[in-house]
Amino acid sequence: MAASVHKLVRKDGKKAQNILAPLWFLLPALIMVAIFIYYPVLATANMSFKNYKLFDQSNIFYNGFENFRGIFKDLAFRRILQNTVLWVTVSLFFQFFIGFGLALYLKSKFKFSGLYQGIIFIPWALSGFLMGLVWKWIFDDNLGVLNDLMLKLGLIETPIPWLSNANWAMAAVIIANIWYGVTFFVIMILAALQGVPNEILEAAELDGCGKAKSLFLVIIPFIRPTLILIILLRIIWITNFPDIIFGMTSGGPNQQTHILSSWLVQKITYDQDWGSGSALGLMMLGVLFVFTIFYLLATRLEKESEGN
Amino acid sequence: MFKTLGKATKFSVLAIWLVFTIFPLYWMFLTSIRPVREVTKKFYYPHANSTLDSYRTLFNQYAFGTYIKNSFIVSFAASAFVIFIGMLGAYALARYKFKGKAQIMLVFLVTQMIPGLIALAPLYLLLSKVHLLNTLIALIFCYVGGMVPFATIMLRGFLQRIPPELDEAALIDGCNRFTALFRVVFPVALPGIAATFIFAFVQCWNELFLAMVLIDSDANKTFPVAERSFVGAYYIEWGGLAASVMIGIIPTVVMFGLMSKFMISGLSAGIVKG
Repeated sequence: MAASVHKLVRKDGKKAQNILAPLWFLLPALIMVAIFIYYPVLATANMSFKNYKLFDQSNIFYNGFENFRGIFKDLAFRRILQNTVLWVTVSLFFQFFIGFGLALYLKSKFKFSGLYQGIIFIPWALSGFLMGLVWKWIFDDNLGVLNDLMLKLGLIETPIPWLSNANWAMAAVIIANIWYGVTFFVIMILAALQGVPNEILEAAELDGCGKAKSLFLVIIPFIRPTLILIILLRIIWITNFPDIIFGMTSGGPNQQTHILSSWLVQKITYDQDWGSGSALGLMMLGVLFVFTIFYLLATRLEKESEGN
Repeated sequence: MFKTLGKATKFSVLAIWLVFTIFPLYWMFLTSIRPVREVTKKFYYPHANSTLDSYRTLFNQYAFGTYIKNSFIVSFAASAFVIFIGMLGAYALARYKFKGKAQIMLVFLVTQMIPGLIALAPLYLLLSKVHLLNTLIALIFCYVGGMVPFATIMLRGFLQRIPPELDEAALIDGCNRFTALFRVVFPVALPGIAATFIFAFVQCWNELFLAMVLIDSDANKTFPVAERSFVGAYYIEWGGLAASVMIGIIPTVVMFGLMSKFMISGLSAGIVKG
């Protein structure tokens, strides 16, 4: 009797809980996100319409679209836009294909494959900014080991101006970024590959699929949703990743290796022009938002037309 | 014939990538043990003149002991908080059905699109209003706030794989939802929690820009900010920088190394199915 009463109360209590309980559980997370992510977005939107320079705080006022105009009129803007597209597409291309290849190789275990994985995952555990500095040391025009090695091996006659020439410097930062980001794809694609059921692969083999055929006809279609998602995440993440450029070139020579996000950091921390920095940040957010929607629509449409 | 060729290709590709991955670190290591005067000379293996002077400088001339301690405090505290808050949120999202759940998921997912850098200026102003500038607490709060969405989404993936019967049994045994979560579900979800913790820790340990903007005093500097001081306007102190890089990578690499096998299975649960 006592037990059943107890149960009844508990059931009632549970019902009453059900409406509000999940919200209580979610409250701390939502509060933190509101204060530290969404509030800054709104504040940025507000600040982007102000003349707001940290070193001139007596002179803060709304100036309409002046900050946005200033960004478009900036002489470096075109170059920075091109750099951003180059940075994202070339980095992504190599990170993805190298990562995919390595993941396929690592899927079947071999001696020391665990150790091997542990070692090639290391870049992910490192600070992008510091690794930027490390690569700067390697690519240094005069003191760098890369030019030294290439000279010694007879690959080049004169040192390559890796960091003092804008085009070489763009190549250098992208190489460093590929080094840094392949790990992400290896981990994610390996995780996805391990989710492919063996039965499907065996069935494909029985049907006479070779390795290449089963890769394209069975494995890739199976992990396609994961691939679409991680490529999207990656595009956003590479766009918002100024650390390596900051360590290697700080956007130099003469602003020629900035991408949008490293330019943003420069505006906020060095120029201390927060109005302009906010305008740039808001534009980046807008572009990424629109891109994401188009990306998701495009990949979904493709899937639907495949289904038909 | 084809099989051996395939195997040879496979292992040469793997070997090349291994060398490419390790080389920057190996080179930094060599730089860190060169005598300071010979930093710009190139020798490709440890030399008879090798010395630990650059490492000594870190602790004698600079206060790297303090910086490391600060980074540990911030990274541990922020990661622990984010796990706590993330677990609560993840539990609600994994176990309850309620109106607005999809919208709340969207609130978390959309954050992944927002460049974190835009928060630098507003957070500086916000924290100066509440007089928390220049404190480790400010950094901890900001890191927790920034990491909550990813932690919640990831932990939700892990919790969904734990059968709900487990916490229902705990409820019948007299637990409430909260104690059921932390006494019964938490231990079972521990692998996923550990993976999330390490992700969070590594992010905090390496974070530079917020720490640079929010922390000004030497006593409260974190490791990455302190390392920046080797980079002068015209000149970089490569020996000290290299030594600090070698020390700074130890905690994260050890954590990652211990977890790397397990990360894969954890991730395939958390992200692929989540």
